[in-house]
Amino acid sequence: MITLGHFLALGAMLFAMSVIGIFLNRKNLIVLLMAIELMLLAVNMNFVAFSYYLNDMAGQVFVFFILTVAAAESAIGLAILVLLFRNKSSINVDELNTLKG
Amino acid sequence: MDAQTGLFYAFAAVLLVAAFKVITARNPVHAALYLVLAFFQASALWILLKAEFLAITLVLVYVGAVMVLFLFVVMMLDINLDGVRKGFWQHFPLAAAAGTLIALEMSAVLMGGFRLGEPPKAAAVVGQAVVELSNTKELGKLLYSQYLYPLEVAAVILLVAIIAAIALTLRERKDSKHIDPADQIRVKRADRVRLVKVNPTMAAPLPQDAPDEEKKA
Repeated sequence: MITLGHFLALGAMLFAMSVIGIFLNRKNLIVLLMAIELMLLAVNMNFVAFSYYLNDMAGQVFVFFILTVAAAESAIGLAILVLLFRNKSSINVDELNTLKG
Repeated sequence: MDAQTGLFYAFAAVLLVAAFKVITARNPVHAALYLVLAFFQASALWILLKAEFLAITLVLVYVGAVMVLFLFVVMMLDINLDGVRKGFWQHFPLAAAAGTLIALEMSAVLMGGFRLGEPPKAAAVVGQAVVELSNTKELGKLLYSQYLYPLEVAAVILLVAIIAAIALTLRERKDSKHIDPADQIRVKRADRVRLVKVNPTMAAPLPQDAPDEEKKA
């Protein structure tokens, strides 16, 4: 029998893995964006699990909105990434120091 | 162990392996493809949780749109892999510490007085399940009544995202003969017409200069 704890543990592991990914890929902006997507997936997993085990549809509505906002976020993020690559010919985060005072 | 438990463990294992490959893959294209695999596994898990609409949405929206966008961008940009991969494992101790800390914190919450392990009782009643609305219908009823206003806001957010993404990446072609209508309307007489004061009589050029000019030409 799968319990809520199974899904929460899975979400926690997924979230921890994407945090590690953000630390490891701190130079590669594309993989950073992918790690953020994984993080959102972990959160959504928890929401859907809660929605099922508490018998409340509100959790799924939340996931719906998170999916919407995440799609918008990744679209704008990738547009900025393309713009950045056009100007700098690199996606290395270390080189993004134009705003440094 | 029933079939559902087995399926859960299978999907969860593949999901975690795919997530691990996403963060460690050398090639960003491979990372994007592993992320697609992870989304498929998550969608299968959501079907186990009877959230069919969201599972299908995840595949359609994420795999069909967002990940294709990712792949386009990854393949369009010519990324210098060696520069990006330099010192990849350098921060691994810090990363592992932060990851374990988060996992431990979450497990502490799970272990400490979190007792919600029972699946909903309504699902056990087979006779009522037929009468029940489908997941999509239920979600739609909720979205279009109670959450109508947030739904509109979400639509506006998507519109803003479209406009922002297009405006950010739009590049005007240098050889285009396109004329901006706003500029056309805004044009003034002074921009086009130049009044030149010409003397009614002008001194003709000296006759001896003309042959010289011709010789030069």
